[in-house]
Amino acid sequence: MSKQYETVIGLEVHVELATKTKIFCGCSTEFGGAPNTHTCPVCTGMPGSLPVLNKQVVEYAIAVGLATNCKITQNGKFDRKNYFYPDNPQNYQISQLYLPICRDGHVDIETEEGGKKAIGIHEIHMEEDAGKLVHDEWSGCSLVDFNRSGVPLIEIVSEPDMRSAEEVIAYLEKLRLLIQYLGASDCKLNEGSMRADVNLSVREVGAKKFGTRTEMKNLNSFKAIARAIESEKERQIDLLESGEEVIQETRRWDDVKEYSYAMRSKEDAQDYRYFPDPDLVPIIISDEMIAEIKAKQPEFRDEKMERYEKEYGIPAYDISVITSSKHMADLFEQTVAICNSPKKVSNWLMVETMRLLKEHDMEPEQINFSPENLAKLISLTEANTINSTVAKEVFEQVFAHDIDPEKYVEEHGLKTVNDEGALRSTIEAIVAANPKSVEDYKAGKKKAIGFLVGQTMKEMKGKADPAMVNKILIELLEA
Amino acid sequence: MDLLELTAVALGQKIQKKETSAVEATQAVLNQIDKVEGTVHSYVTVDQEGAIKKAKQVQEKIEAGQLTGPLAGVPVAIKDNMCTEGMRTTCSSKILENFVPTYTAEAVLNLEKAGAVIIGKTNMDEFAMGSTTETSAYGITTNPWNKEHVPGGSSGGSCAAVAANECFYALGSDTGGSIRQPSSFCGVTGIKPTYGTVSRYGLIAYGSSLDQIGPVAKDVTDCATILNTIASYDKKDSTSYQRESYDFTKALVDDVKGMKIGIPKGYFGEGLDSEVSNAVMAAAKELEKKGAILEEFDLGLVEYAIPAYYVIADAEASSNLSRFDGVKYGYRAEDYKGLHHMYKKTRSEGFGPEVKRRIMLGSFVLSSGYYDAYYLKALRTKALIKQEFDKAFAKYDMILGPAAPTTAPKVGASLADPIKMYLGDIYTISVNLAGLPGISVPCGMDSKGLPIGLQLIGDCFQENKILQAAYAFEQTRAYKSPFDK
Amino acid sequence: MANIISDETIEYVGILAKLELSEEEKEQAKKDMGEMLDYIDQLNALDTSSVEPMSHVFSVHNVFREDVVTNEDDRENILKNAPEEQEGSFVVPKTVE
Repeated sequence: MSKQYETVIGLEVHVELATKTKIFCGCSTEFGGAPNTHTCPVCTGMPGSLPVLNKQVVEYAIAVGLATNCKITQNGKFDRKNYFYPDNPQNYQISQLYLPICRDGHVDIETEEGGKKAIGIHEIHMEEDAGKLVHDEWSGCSLVDFNRSGVPLIEIVSEPDMRSAEEVIAYLEKLRLLIQYLGASDCKLNEGSMRADVNLSVREVGAKKFGTRTEMKNLNSFKAIARAIESEKERQIDLLESGEEVIQETRRWDDVKEYSYAMRSKEDAQDYRYFPDPDLVPIIISDEMIAEIKAKQPEFRDEKMERYEKEYGIPAYDISVITSSKHMADLFEQTVAICNSPKKVSNWLMVETMRLLKEHDMEPEQINFSPENLAKLISLTEANTINSTVAKEVFEQVFAHDIDPEKYVEEHGLKTVNDEGALRSTIEAIVAANPKSVEDYKAGKKKAIGFLVGQTMKEMKGKADPAMVNKILIELLEA
Repeated sequence: MDLLELTAVALGQKIQKKETSAVEATQAVLNQIDKVEGTVHSYVTVDQEGAIKKAKQVQEKIEAGQLTGPLAGVPVAIKDNMCTEGMRTTCSSKILENFVPTYTAEAVLNLEKAGAVIIGKTNMDEFAMGSTTETSAYGITTNPWNKEHVPGGSSGGSCAAVAANECFYALGSDTGGSIRQPSSFCGVTGIKPTYGTVSRYGLIAYGSSLDQIGPVAKDVTDCATILNTIASYDKKDSTSYQRESYDFTKALVDDVKGMKIGIPKGYFGEGLDSEVSNAVMAAAKELEKKGAILEEFDLGLVEYAIPAYYVIADAEASSNLSRFDGVKYGYRAEDYKGLHHMYKKTRSEGFGPEVKRRIMLGSFVLSSGYYDAYYLKALRTKALIKQEFDKAFAKYDMILGPAAPTTAPKVGASLADPIKMYLGDIYTISVNLAGLPGISVPCGMDSKGLPIGLQLIGDCFQENKILQAAYAFEQTRAYKSPFDK
Repeated sequence: MANIISDETIEYVGILAKLELSEEEKEQAKKDMGEMLDYIDQLNALDTSSVEPMSHVFSVHNVFREDVVTNEDDRENILKNAPEEQEGSFVVPKTVE
């Protein structure tokens, strides 16, 4: 390949908002109900039903817009996007084309070289989600479930400012954190509460004009996104190299086959006949409303990181891991507020929590234990009530079931034995029973003491204070 | 006097005074339906059993003193585009032939709360698209005055049912004249309220920005009383307008002294039947005699209302009617190959020609490359038309004119030439574009014995002015029924 | 007639509107649509360049609901009119190949 190519990427990110109800009706947005149990005439497109806008959706959309440096549209409206598909009960989706709620923003991402790069945000608009189709292989039918129909979404449309998969991931991470910090969504890619469509084109390095782009859908993880970008980039370069043209089209990514295919259909004219929805009235956003939402914005990650450094004095690496999840950062701050040991709290989060998350294939957002119970565990170790081995065991219970460590230690008799008399007699018996080790030790093999410590801990069922065991053993052996 | 000849309010009073009962009135209406429905065919569905049952329940509540309102126990007919829980609602379309709603339209609920007895659902032009009630998939309705003529449309069933005493009053809906024009043709009184006054929740949409439910009745008093009951601010309808007052009956005063009435010269030009013209002008003179001040003026842009209307209404309709696809309710075609064929076959078999014509045009004007030239152009025209009315209402309390250029045409004479049929809406359509209230009151008969309607158009939220003038005019003549002759 | 509607246009609008017209209906539709567009073209005589398009007649705005769940499980009613139903869902011809 002689020519050098540049990849130009723009993203359309759909985020499901964390409202209790749907965008245009009072149905629950809760996940996992039996089919069509969270539906009503409005979200199933019954004749005569009418939409009424959920105020929280507007507030969340504005909050995300402010967090991404957008201008807020103060006189907006909804439009209908007309297309036939069974997951779309009215055969039009209520969305915003002409006057989206936010425009002209940007977020900064860290580049691989350690610098900063601004990724432009073209617009953010509000819209309703579609229902779900389940395909029945036996009958050759599809089943339609409208539980997700009408769940509020915002679509964040970036400018074509990204040049690599790494930048795309960094941008997505950045958006995810901002939105999670706002509490506007949990942004789970695997569960579909955050979805990204990738618009990609290639052009020769130095070219001014953009190449023809394709849109890739069905990307359910950061890994899938990275793979799809690589694959599509290569496909387009191959086309150009062999003198062919890239066709503007929508492609569906199959992550198992690591291959995308065009979603073409004669019946899919892609002419959506947008027009203002006459059933909904304009949305006028006052300066006061914007100021109010601004005042309620939380501390975002960058500010948090700075504050942690000053306030808690924990290592920069710890700070970056802890603040990578709003939930973990909240947990950290709440626990420190109780036990006042930032470094210890950080350690539990950094080491054991991360280990268990990985082991259970969980996200930090799914951490389920309370700050109170972690603080209690830390107090127990600080008071030497339990030793570190027991502490790890107890923490696993805290992690899994959010148990009360004090009660648990009590009920399971896990307290460290601090009765020196009892410990001494146990050790005396062990020394007596292991003359070989004693001999070795006396002969200068100081390591032999390890075996005796182990035997003692075994006898004490792990509840002895290792420091005390060592001290008594040395006394006895050197006597 | 025959019970059936009573107005709704007069019947309500007799029921309250125990001179008759809801059951007796319902039975009388059902007997009348038996007698005339074979010719008139006002109804798509008559719920005989349900009506009697309901009448009994209502009568018990009346006797217990729980229902004391003016419409308690009075039998009503509902246009078949308003959802009624448990009662088939078809929009006179094959595509909804088996649709039984699971909820009731807000306006109908308001009537039920007031003790109305629903007799059934009235015939209409399919999805309210038409001016003759001939586009119904369930057969035509004839004009009770002369069965060779149409009742008008699209609320032809409601207006014919009132005229033929097959109910005491009815609800209609008006998107471009669909209450006022058939009221005029059937010799009954119908009012289209200001947009947003009656909730559209449960009204199966045709043109959402234009649709409005309103009463069809024997006189102005009934209309005002019904409007008191059905009008409400409804949180379920985002376009519902919270009004300062919902008292329309206070307008029932025989006094038009000093009222300024504008008469658009353009309304009385080419295309207007001379008998209609004479009757309407005679009515205007009656109001003048009572002290109203008449003035002719130029209302601009009259000729642009119809083309703007058809762009807007058809565009909205093409989208509103896309939900009828054979998936969730209604008709589904048999024998199809795959999803899109199912859609196409279902819709092609389920919709009639006029509905398809409008969906095609509406889809076209919204399609890529035409949106600005047609749809936005029409919305701009609408803004200009609204300005013209604003100018007029700065000078006049109301505008007076005919409701339709002719009396009821003969059955079968209209559908062949759509544009000519659309031109018949010239006096009513601009009122919908501007969201105004308009009332049609009978003002005479032509030489063929067909009724003529007078239309009064008010400024937004000024129903009471036109009701008052209509009431005053009504005092100068007696209500005529097709059975008087 | 100034507006000549082609077969392609009728075909295309049929795809958008999901209507399948017979040959006879297509010819009629071409004629009707052409005539209607000619009629609508009257609007071009009107200078609207300085006028904002008017969607809503009144200045009603910001009609909101609070974010409170008001609807319970109503599946039975929602499915009552379904032409075909299975396992609490609406049934359609398979949407994927």
